[in-house]
Amino acid sequence: MYPLNASETLQKKKSLKKKLLAQSVNWIEKRVAILGGSTTAEVKDQLEIFLLKNAIKPTFYESEYNQYWEDVMFDNPKLKQFEPEIIYIHTTSKNLTPYKQVKTKEKADALLKVQLGKFEEMWDKIFATYNCYIIQNNFERPPYRLLGNMDISDYRGFSNFISRLNQGMYKYAQTYPNFFVNDIDYLASEFGLSKWLDPKYWYLYKYAMSIEAIPALGFNVANIIKSIYGKNKKAVVTDLDNTLWGGIIGDFGLDCIYMTMDTPMGEAYRELQKYLLNLKDIGVLINVCSKNDYSVALQGIMSDDFLLSPADFVCLEANWDDKHYNVEKIINKLNLNPDSVVFIDDNPVERDIVSENIPAVAVPYFEDIIYFPQHLDKQGYFEVTAITADDLSRTDMYLANTKREQAEASFVNYKDYLKSLNMSAEIKPFKSSVIVRVTQLINKTNQFNLTNKRYGEAEVEQIASSDKCITLYGKLVDKFGDNGIVSAIIAEVKEDSLRIVLWVMSCRVFKREFELAMFDELVAIAKSMGLSSISGKYVPSDKNEIVANLYKNLGFTNYGGVWVFDVSSAEDLCKVISIVR
Amino acid sequence: MEVLSQLQTIFRDVFDDDNIVITRTSVADDVDDWDSLAQVNLILCVERFWGIKFSLDEISNFKNVGQLVDLIEKKIGV
Repeated sequence: MYPLNASETLQKKKSLKKKLLAQSVNWIEKRVAILGGSTTAEVKDQLEIFLLKNAIKPTFYESEYNQYWEDVMFDNPKLKQFEPEIIYIHTTSKNLTPYKQVKTKEKADALLKVQLGKFEEMWDKIFATYNCYIIQNNFERPPYRLLGNMDISDYRGFSNFISRLNQGMYKYAQTYPNFFVNDIDYLASEFGLSKWLDPKYWYLYKYAMSIEAIPALGFNVANIIKSIYGKNKKAVVTDLDNTLWGGIIGDFGLDCIYMTMDTPMGEAYRELQKYLLNLKDIGVLINVCSKNDYSVALQGIMSDDFLLSPADFVCLEANWDDKHYNVEKIINKLNLNPDSVVFIDDNPVERDIVSENIPAVAVPYFEDIIYFPQHLDKQGYFEVTAITADDLSRTDMYLANTKREQAEASFVNYKDYLKSLNMSAEIKPFKSSVIVRVTQLINKTNQFNLTNKRYGEAEVEQIASSDKCITLYGKLVDKFGDNGIVSAIIAEVKEDSLRIVLWVMSCRVFKREFELAMFDELVAIAKSMGLSSISGKYVPSDKNEIVANLYKNLGFTNYGGVWVFDVSSAEDLCKVISIVR
Repeated sequence: MEVLSQLQTIFRDVFDDDNIVITRTSVADDVDDWDSLAQVNLILCVERFWGIKFSLDEISNFKNVGQLVDLIEKKIGV
């Protein structure tokens, strides 16, 4: 998507919007309130375009011009009725109290306290009133520096004031996980500060930045939103020759490829290795797809000069098959959807083959290794809004899966294999320490997902504490390792029945009878509450075919679209997992 | 003439309406949705297309399409 095509998104935005809306994708709908400190019309339009590109269909509330603070702080039935799921505060340095020259440090500190306090009060009020996500612009550098270079380092400088104010905002962000900073300070410097601020559009229309900068702003905010709702990319499939190292290892041999700091080119390739290694550490699955003999490719990867080790990759496909076969193979092995995969290759022909055969895979343009790491980074594929314990050990979990597969191959009888895994599960109601992961699971899971409902963290918290709702999370451990929290159920008590509102399970644990264990627990709860039945619906999407017959297989009966299960005669279905209660 | 017909393409893009026909005497009231917000986009697209910049004064005083055409021609030196 990057670099952005501004002439398309600005000049042809209306027809682009129509085109995007005509796509047949699994839309998720979100209510976004934009509360502005300057004109927001174009901001809304551009944000909409980039949300639509991420299959998020927004409805908007827009504050009146510069009414962001009043809209929150005073009674606002219109905003209440709108029930925002996200409030985006579009303020800029233009909104800061006109900064008069201060004479003392005390005066500067007092000003800072007042300004930050005004914002904190507003954020607190939003959480208390709307319990939704907040996306807040930080403050960009001002257009001029009264004190020159000292403007940033001295308490009397406005630049210094802004910098301290931002620090205060970041502290708030680290305290409240549902508060996200939209880094316009970065956007402005990336765009070029002198181009970012176009006074003409401020004087004429009260736009706090050049119109040409607004697509980048919309793109940036949309990245945060799609990340919140679990629409980040999950895996990278990368080529090796002339992508992760310079030269062709099969032709030149290990000694003649570039990947060390000894040569300028080697250093450039090493930068991409480093970037991928860092991606792996935040939970992205890294895989190799290379046209090479396996042993030759491995030689390069095992080399002391190569930053990644075989254990950093989940799948390592090195052979002479067409690349789209291998990419397809990796997608299947990881049990992912093609739209969560990024394919990296220096060769335009290979990129075309993959794009043409698996159009949903993201294939960033790769012209020159020197600029590629930045280019990849700017796509916003892996925008981080939370890092869970699961993210940090994801690659290891997948590698344990490979070991499971090898073990599976040694059993003739699948049941025997399942028993040999020594599985044990923790299945309990949501508690505060699991909310972040459960929310991530709810929003990321597309396949084993009965109703395709998406909830934000705030809503999950609310559901967890509601006495009308029964919740269960499931954590699965076996002899190869901890799979982490991999399933969640939300059900509502309706008269004498338990209605399943949401049921998701990670593809990581398919075919382990874990859904049976989850269901057994739910039945036990229904029984203990004296309820007579459990009911649920299957809402089809283009990705959840796998659970079309789940209720039928569990013994539910279909009454006009609603599946009903009689609790009284139920017996435990899962025989291969021991439950820790 | 060339400027006018290019301008018409920009109008059609911005308003997403391929039936828009503009003349030198067209004014905002002649085109649905031509409000001050759309005006910002129009001005910007014109500036981008011809690589020119209008002054505050010029933007504030646009009366009709003809005036805009003259101004563009003056700036690009036709």
